[in-house]
Amino acid sequence: MSAEETHGNGSASTEVAARVERRWATIAAIIIVMMALLAAFAGIHRATMPQPRVETTDPSRLHLSGEFVESNLGSVLEANGNVTVRAIGQQYSFTPACIVVPADTPITLRATSADVVHGILIQGTNVNTMLVPGYISEQLMRFTKTGDYLMPCQEFCSFGHEGMWGKVKVIDKAEFANRAKGGGRLSCVGQ
Amino acid sequence: MLVNRKLILAHFWLAFAVFGIALTLGAWQMFIRSPIGTWLSNPELYYRSLTAHGTVMGYVFPTLVAMGFGYAISEAALQQRLVGVRWAWAGFWLIVIGSIMAVIPIALGRASVLYTFYPPLIGNVFYYLGVVLVVVGSWIWVALMSVNLRIWRKAHPGAPVPLAMFANVAGSYLWAWTAVGAALELLLQIIPVAAGLKNTIDAGLARIFFSWTLHAIVYFWLMPTYIAYYTIVPRAIGGRVYSDTMARISFILFLVVAMPIGMHHTFADPQVGAGFKFIHSAFTALVTLPTFLTVFTICASVEIAARLRGGRGLFGWITALPWDNPMMLALAFSFVMLGFGGAGGLINMSYQLDTSIHNTQWITGHFHLIFGGAIVIMYFAIAYDLWPHLTGRELVDLRLIRTQLWLWFVGMIVTTFPWHWVGILGMPRRMAYFDFGDPAIAPQALSVTLSAIGGFILLASGIMFIVILARGMRAPQADAGANRFALAVHQPATVPVALNTHALWVALMIGLTLTNYGYPILNLALSEGTSVPAVYVGAQ
Repeated sequence: MSAEETHGNGSASTEVAARVERRWATIAAIIIVMMALLAAFAGIHRATMPQPRVETTDPSRLHLSGEFVESNLGSVLEANGNVTVRAIGQQYSFTPACIVVPADTPITLRATSADVVHGILIQGTNVNTMLVPGYISEQLMRFTKTGDYLMPCQEFCSFGHEGMWGKVKVIDKAEFANRAKGGGRLSCVGQ
Repeated sequence: MLVNRKLILAHFWLAFAVFGIALTLGAWQMFIRSPIGTWLSNPELYYRSLTAHGTVMGYVFPTLVAMGFGYAISEAALQQRLVGVRWAWAGFWLIVIGSIMAVIPIALGRASVLYTFYPPLIGNVFYYLGVVLVVVGSWIWVALMSVNLRIWRKAHPGAPVPLAMFANVAGSYLWAWTAVGAALELLLQIIPVAAGLKNTIDAGLARIFFSWTLHAIVYFWLMPTYIAYYTIVPRAIGGRVYSDTMARISFILFLVVAMPIGMHHTFADPQVGAGFKFIHSAFTALVTLPTFLTVFTICASVEIAARLRGGRGLFGWITALPWDNPMMLALAFSFVMLGFGGAGGLINMSYQLDTSIHNTQWITGHFHLIFGGAIVIMYFAIAYDLWPHLTGRELVDLRLIRTQLWLWFVGMIVTTFPWHWVGILGMPRRMAYFDFGDPAIAPQALSVTLSAIGGFILLASGIMFIVILARGMRAPQADAGANRFALAVHQPATVPVALNTHALWVALMIGLTLTNYGYPILNLALSEGTSVPAVYVGAQ
């Protein structure tokens, strides 16, 4: 209360203090609005955003029928020249354990989990998605450099988690087209 | 006026005892998975340790600090004996029992599910029941804070609620509501499965429930720290709070916008569409506002102290600050870590950037810097400030206290900066060991080693902290005087109802939670065929 008496509310110092404070609050608000606008712009204009759609699948029937049966896992060259990769994660490996894809090609990764929550992360890229059993994860990717990339599981999936490392092999576009000629699903196996 | 000192001391001692144990486990984990440790023959031990570390540091330690500090604030700020002491002890013992109940299955390797649960992995049911008891114990505290404030209001109609208590009650309400997400996940989903009543569970829905708790819980951990910034630091260094109004607005903003933002933890998840992810991202941007306001107000309050001490010039006043005062030191360290951690947080909440660091070691580095660094260093400061009032004895060795704070700061920087770096390189979280012989992983070896060294510095600092407090229990008796909180430059004579009560803001908090979570939760709960078989830990 003594402060109230010594500095009356109408004093010049109070006004200065309030003005400075308001200015700072305005700057903070502008920063926040800018951040949201940037995210919206990049999301809409550049189509960079998290997975937009929700798709479900039954993990206990993955191996019996549908998109994720074993014979359908791996990379496939689509008619339009794009590549689709289908993979599953299970304790404690990915299938295929080594994914082969061409460089400079739009690739769609479609993956799910057969048991618990896993994650796919391709080191040296920003490819990064959760695999939640019951749901299908989809990521768009494109590699500019050929070579091997490590693909660890990025979510704790029980005692063998530390051993769950896959690989991505990015090969020359022509070489991939050549290998894809016979149809079927490609992985590093047989290379 | 601290009457129930034993109650408050019991909370603090239990908090710091479990903190010491979890810290030791943490340092061991840093060591064993680094190149200087030898590979664990049984990696499962690592996950037991990790589950214990996370459960204690996430649920038990900060909750006990908030409770003990809350009781102290209630008595000291309101100048009123705590009402409901028996209930308070009941809450305390529930936490003791819950912690023991949870830790036994963890130690036996029956609950290595980590503190984030993440079903369909399912551990022993007693682990989850233990966590529930801890939360129920803390809810008693929430109710007591509300009751005590109500009693004070009746005796002081229309008077401004002291800032410390206003913020303390806001923090307790935030906790009560944020814990509901995990409670729903545990009670409706996990516990029935863990008890064997069901054997399927919707993993996607569980992650959404958990995200409800996962983010706002961080702001609950933060509350004691922010209360210390506003109501202890300015008094301890001889200054004044720049603006009481802005302080109240900051705490209200935390209450309202800390909640409806948790889904930024699920950007990489397949069970939510992009729309709600964007909404949560935008709301997360909003939660930076109270921190921006706080940084401004506290820097201004500190400047007032410096100028009162004869500080001059645009920045010259900084040298006039009482740098030998532990509170000043803790605040400065806390702000530096808050700055770096906050900047990292902006990357995590970003709709686009998150994907480059999601679930990497960057994330662990981030929350250790924010929680273990910026927040916990102020828990130390709170304990140092309250100890003489609680024990009636003086903490004499200021040099030791300063060394302890310095070590914590240096240790946290040495631990977390390399941690962030290996995250950018794509090193995943929560792994018992890494094959540093792999040429692709070898470049991370040096950074991981540095982090491990930082872990040992932190352990040394933690031990010093506990030694200082223990010695403080046996120091010569001294009257610490009245336990006062900082005054504002313009101490308010009246406060608008909106800034003096919580009801409106609690309603807004609940309303925003319903708008931001209602649809995604209902949508997942009502969709068929998304329940998956449970995978029981230890059954393989």
